[in-house]
Amino acid sequence: MKNQNVAISFNLNGASVTVNVDPVKRLTKVLREDLKLTGTKVGCDAGDCGACSILIDDEVVCGCLVPVGRLAGANVVTVEGLSKEEALSKLQASFLRYGAAQCGICTPGMLTAATALLMKNPTPTREDVKDALGGVLCRCTGYQKIIDAVVNVNAEEVADACPSAGDAVGSRVQRIDGKPKVLGSDIFGDDYAPDDALRVIAVRSPYHRASFEFGDLDAFMRDHDGVELVLTAKDVPGENLFGVIHGMEDQPAFAEKIARFKGEAVAAIVASNAFFEDFKLASFPVTWTELDAVLLPEDALKEDAPQLHEDRPGNTMVKGIVQRGKLDQLFQDSDVVVEGEFRTGFVEHAYIEPEAGFARRVGDRVEIQACTQAPYMDRDSVATILGISPENVRIIPTSVGGGFGSKLDLSIQPYIALATWKLNKPVRMTYSRSESIMSTTKRHPSHIKARISAKKDGTLAAMDFHGVFNTGAYASWGPTVANRVPVHASGPYYFPAYRAQSHSVHTNCPPSGAFRGFGVPQSSIAQEGLFDELAVKLGMDRLEFRLKNALVNGVPTVTGQVFETGVGFKDCLEALQPKWRTALAEADKFNQDNPDSNIRRGVGVAGMWYGCGNTSLPNPSTMKVGIKSDGRCVLFQGAVDIGQGSNTVMTQICSDAVGINFDKFEIVTGDTDLTADAGKTSASRQTFISGKASYLAGLDLRTEILRQVNASEKAALKLDGTQIIVTDKNSEHIIDLTALPQDEDGFVLIGEGTYDPPTSPLDENGQGIPYAMFGYGAHMMELEVDTKLGSVKLLRLVAAHDVGQAINPLLVEGQVEGGSAQGIGLALLEEFIPGKNENLHDYLIPTIGDMPNVETILVEAKDPHGPYGAKGIGEQVLIPTAPAILNAICHATGARIYQVPATPDRVLAAIQEAQGEN
Amino acid sequence: MSYILPSTLNEALDALSDDVTVLAGGTDVFPGATVVGMPDKVLDITGVKELRGISETDKAYRIGALTTWTDVARAELPAQFDSLKLAAIEIGSLQIQNAGTLAGNLCNASPAADGVPPLLTLNASVELASPNGIRCLALADFIFGNRRTALEAQEMVTAILIPKDINQSVSHFIKLGARKYLVISIAMVSVVLETDPSGSITQARVAVGACSEVAQRLPDVEKALLGISVQDAATVVQFEQFDHLSPISDVRATKEYRKNAAVELVKRALDKCAEKLS
Repeated sequence: MKNQNVAISFNLNGASVTVNVDPVKRLTKVLREDLKLTGTKVGCDAGDCGACSILIDDEVVCGCLVPVGRLAGANVVTVEGLSKEEALSKLQASFLRYGAAQCGICTPGMLTAATALLMKNPTPTREDVKDALGGVLCRCTGYQKIIDAVVNVNAEEVADACPSAGDAVGSRVQRIDGKPKVLGSDIFGDDYAPDDALRVIAVRSPYHRASFEFGDLDAFMRDHDGVELVLTAKDVPGENLFGVIHGMEDQPAFAEKIARFKGEAVAAIVASNAFFEDFKLASFPVTWTELDAVLLPEDALKEDAPQLHEDRPGNTMVKGIVQRGKLDQLFQDSDVVVEGEFRTGFVEHAYIEPEAGFARRVGDRVEIQACTQAPYMDRDSVATILGISPENVRIIPTSVGGGFGSKLDLSIQPYIALATWKLNKPVRMTYSRSESIMSTTKRHPSHIKARISAKKDGTLAAMDFHGVFNTGAYASWGPTVANRVPVHASGPYYFPAYRAQSHSVHTNCPPSGAFRGFGVPQSSIAQEGLFDELAVKLGMDRLEFRLKNALVNGVPTVTGQVFETGVGFKDCLEALQPKWRTALAEADKFNQDNPDSNIRRGVGVAGMWYGCGNTSLPNPSTMKVGIKSDGRCVLFQGAVDIGQGSNTVMTQICSDAVGINFDKFEIVTGDTDLTADAGKTSASRQTFISGKASYLAGLDLRTEILRQVNASEKAALKLDGTQIIVTDKNSEHIIDLTALPQDEDGFVLIGEGTYDPPTSPLDENGQGIPYAMFGYGAHMMELEVDTKLGSVKLLRLVAAHDVGQAINPLLVEGQVEGGSAQGIGLALLEEFIPGKNENLHDYLIPTIGDMPNVETILVEAKDPHGPYGAKGIGEQVLIPTAPAILNAICHATGARIYQVPATPDRVLAAIQEAQGEN
Repeated sequence: MSYILPSTLNEALDALSDDVTVLAGGTDVFPGATVVGMPDKVLDITGVKELRGISETDKAYRIGALTTWTDVARAELPAQFDSLKLAAIEIGSLQIQNAGTLAGNLCNASPAADGVPPLLTLNASVELASPNGIRCLALADFIFGNRRTALEAQEMVTAILIPKDINQSVSHFIKLGARKYLVISIAMVSVVLETDPSGSITQARVAVGACSEVAQRLPDVEKALLGISVQDAATVVQFEQFDHLSPISDVRATKEYRKNAAVELVKRALDKCAEKLS
């Protein structure tokens, strides 16, 4: 029984409110459910993330830790109270100006916490801001732009940069979708469902591997008032299987007979919202029998290991290989050989928005409004599960509170779709933080053995790489990792001989899937670490060694691909060179000046490359842009913006391609009924591929406009009310939009563009054209190691990235700063241990106090395929961070770290071991 | 289920029973609810205004049970409290410090409770009230073990008492965590020293947390420090003096590392005390 409702009155955002609710109800729930103020976000319900930060009597607190019953007479301010009738506060405007909001899910918490600071201290230092915002986690921005926005809150207002046609590409224009994010009015997965929506809660395996039997489910339903439906595998009308790779679908919506990992769903309860308020999941009738489980690949590969999938003997999911040149001979002829064995663990995406959404049945169709990175893939998978045609499923992506790869896979969708299909009532679902961590995909743990050799003169000779990847219970994106790693394990360097093998192994762990970099961050730790060992053995400067072997135009990659233009890796290294020399000198001086200090300074560098788009597979994108008779210019852009900025970038590209000012555009974002398939937001493909489609659509519309008045390609366009004014040489033409014939949607002029990058399949040796383009980059990290405690303090990161053409430098910097924050997490903090740290106080991501100053250098070696020469950047940014950190730790202390995260205990052990050797 | 929000201590005491959960800052009760659900009977004591704040008598300071970490951080207190104030600004985050109470930190009795080492080095005792009366327990007698305290049914903490038993003092606190904010300690230490005018140590109190089921004072270190100049304090610290700690290995660190770190942190805290006095 829940408590009797009580009437409680308090002051909310300047007005008195009275709610009649259970007094122990969390204030966040009261705000969101009873008062419909969804600006306050819920990320953990445990005070670990700060997304629900609000002000009570001018002090910042987590709304999730406050029972509403004690609030009588209190003064409560939420994000909605920071603006007046949509007029942004100075702070909100500053957040937009500095690009401090990416996905926007942490933004309300950041804004309220910063408001509390500014009330007490109107001119805070950067350190003050860190202390004030240390309790709000952000997974996108790397925090730097948030600090910028707060310390510069009183800076002169600059007019919004609104680029004119032709100047949009390259401009630091504010996010086109930013205003709702700072107002708190943006709609994320859990922010809307119809009032009468039922709720689904999943019943999940408490064991890594278990068989199970249900008790009397009908009796359970009868005995529990409010329960409308219990779903299990037998309720799946279509196939109880989903997956993201064609032919590898292996994951059931509900496990049948055996649950293969801890957290796998076996059933779901659908009931009224109120029912769950005092429902104890332990009362659900299911009996578990724990079975032997394998959590490590080395155990899963043993002969007597439990087998996860009948059709994958030995628990091997897939193997990959790329090889080229005479490996044995080149190793023999080498002067220096190094080798090492490296390990990385599961990494959790830890977006601040847990998976959420709702579904409703509309006639014979199902509509799903939820956070996702891949609307069309969701559509097809849900259709298969329901046994209906894909056209009868509509996916409406909400704003996405961070994705980073994990929201490419289905999570809540099958459950809400099945429930609404059966009940014909709207149904919502929101994962708790622990459900999100235990059941969704992770970065693959890796166990890598690598050997690399060079000649005396410092040229690379051969590399032999073998990586075992723990792919967990189901395939997810495991095959992609297995294929991508061998192509990338060389780094952007020339090798005369090369062999890289990958082996993905099933275990009773949550499925490993896509996470920013698809396995490349793991392989890069091994390769870039061994490069430092080689350089030291050769007596070469570590950056010089990389420069000497850097891939350049005209030199074949390890798959035999030769780029004639656009290989900007050397430019990245050269951009770092002066800073590298200074940093080395400064570190040496510090260490010499402080010989007795337990603090040692070090500098590390690492390079990277990353192929944009799917590996040797088609991945087209289609964009549409049109002008209506009323003068509205609408871009139908289905490239889901998960915070990285595709809504803005697609519009900038299209604006320049058409020749119509950026501010004339409105956008219709991903909706499988409205926008064409732009493909998934992954593999750093949207700016490149969808950007190219946006460019082509813009050109198509431009051609259509010019054709109206027979103007030349050079003509200038101006959209003015319901007219387009076309100025060609000295003559002016006017197109009256109201006079043109309309299509059924009211459009009078339409452009469409489709792009699919040219690739070719890889042969049995992995030779071929896996990607139409690569992005390149290099990071330099300066840090201090406390040699008595093993703790690492990051001082400065300089990140040079070849982006071909920065469509929006503000957004690119945001990617660099945020991606490197995730690289820092991989290097120093993060490891998910199944069954152990299923929360955000045991699983640690970087806070605002853990980031060094990040300096971004943009290199622009234009790519012939990309729109205006642009390349992808999303994943590139985190790959070199971890190896640069590990190399700097080694430079500082002589200790090489072979296992990440480099937690203080591991670093100290490595230092003690290195000292023992000397 | 019930929710009671008394406004006086007597009402609160009357509402106590063995199945009631006392709720103050909520920073432990609500996170726990995500795992086991909200407790059935909640006694929200935040309406008992008399329980909040720091007061003093001739003999002692009294930290009311509703005093938050922020209250402590903002209070003007003598130097032996510096350690506690440093702990106050390193607990969780500002959000947690604004809500969480010192008394709640003790009642939750986590081995990694940041408040325990500083309070042990302040010779704190805990005032417990029930409808039958009031009793006081030394902090070391109040917390038995991991999540276990001397609280009896129908009993609640009303204050933490700090005796005025130290003169010229200096104190310091160091928390070691894997990240800067919002972090559970790998280890933390608190040092409170009393010195004579020459700088010799006349009282030494050293405590270490997260290295045993309950934070511990280190009598062997304290003994070795007596009569030593503060400037030389760190040099008398020996690994063996930490032998009665029993750290565990967990997701944050290995047990070997924890013990090493405890020794190093105590030395650093002592060095910091020397620095403050010089």
